[in-house]
Amino acid sequence: MLVPAFAIILLFQLIGEVISRALHLPLPGPVLGMVGMVVALSAIPRLAQIVTPVAQGLLRHLSLLFVPVGVGIVANVHTIAEHWVAISVSLVVSTLLAIVVGAFTFTYVAKLVGSKPND
Amino acid sequence: MTDAFQVWAYMAQQPLLWLCATLFAYWIGETLFLKSGRSPLVNSVVIAVALLAGLLMLTGTSYQTYFNGAQFVHFMLGPATVCLAIPLQANMLAIRKALVPIIVALFVGSLTAILSALGIAWMLGADHVLLATLAPKSATAPVAIGIAENLGGQATLTAVLVILTGLVGALFVTPMLNVLGITDWRARGFATGVAAHGIGTARAFQINDTAGVFASMGMGLNAILTAFLAPLIMQLF
Repeated sequence: MLVPAFAIILLFQLIGEVISRALHLPLPGPVLGMVGMVVALSAIPRLAQIVTPVAQGLLRHLSLLFVPVGVGIVANVHTIAEHWVAISVSLVVSTLLAIVVGAFTFTYVAKLVGSKPND
Repeated sequence: MTDAFQVWAYMAQQPLLWLCATLFAYWIGETLFLKSGRSPLVNSVVIAVALLAGLLMLTGTSYQTYFNGAQFVHFMLGPATVCLAIPLQANMLAIRKALVPIIVALFVGSLTAILSALGIAWMLGADHVLLATLAPKSATAPVAIGIAENLGGQATLTAVLVILTGLVGALFVTPMLNVLGITDWRARGFATGVAAHGIGTARAFQINDTAGVFASMGMGLNAILTAFLAPLIMQLF
C-alpha cells in the first residue's frame, strides 16, 4: 500500500500548493493540504486505512526532516556570532514564556468552561 | 592517492554522499538518544546537525553542495505536514470538546511568542532585518520562511532560528511544566505545539499521545495565525 498512500498524501500537498499560489494565501501548501486531508478523512473513513501506516512511519521520524535546515547554521555563523546575545536571549525567553503562558491559559480556560481532560 | 582524491572530488559534488551522511548522522543521534533512556538532553537533531556541520567544515564543503543531497530529506517535510491530519482527525472528538481553551490559548500563546521575541531582541539592539527574521520563529519552518521573506528578513537564518526555537522548547518543556504543576496533557501539548512547532510536537509524541495530538493541533493553527499576526506586530517596531 506504499504507492497508493504516497500518491494520496502528495496529491493533497499538491492541491494545497495550487490553492495557496492561485489565491495568494499566506498559508503554505502543506498546511492547506493537511486541512484538506482532515476533511477528506472525515468524509471517506476508508481513506485512513490506506494512508495511516505510511503517515505513522513519517511522523515517527519527524525530527529527521529538520536536520537539513538545521545544518544551515554553518551558512549563518557570522550573523549569529554578530548578534548572538539578542538572538539567544530572545529565543530562549520568548519560547519558554510562550509555552508557560499558553499552558496556563489552556488549563485556566478549560476549567472555566468545564472541559475535562478525559471525558 | 590522486585516484582517491578524484573519487572524493566527484562524490562530494553528488547528492548521494550528503543524503547518506544525513541519514547516518541522524541514525547515530537517534541511537544515542535511545541509549540515554530518551533523555531530552540527548537530542538526535542537535547531534546530527553537529556531526554534519563538523563534517562540512572539515571537508570545506559548502552548505549549497550539502543541501543538494539533503533536499530529498527536506522535501519530506511537506508530506509529513499533510500526514499530521491523521492524528488530528482521529482525535477530533477530544479537540471539539476543548475548542474554547484551544482558541484562547492559541491567540495568547502566539501573541506571547511573537511580541516577547521582538521586544527582547529590540531592547538588545537588533536591527529591522533581524527582527523580521525572528518574528515568525515559533511557526513551522516552511511557513516561517515564507513569512520572513514577506517581512524583509533573511530566510535561511529564519530556518535556523526556527530549529533552535523548537530545540529550546523540546529541551525544557517537560521539567519546566512539571515544576509549575501543569498536569493537563492537552494544555502541555497544545502550548508546546504553538511555541515550538514540529520539534516540540515530536517531543510531545515521545512523552504522551494526547500531548502529541494537541501539539500537532497547536502547530498547525499557529502556522496559520503567525502568518496574519507577524506582519501586524512588526509594524510596532
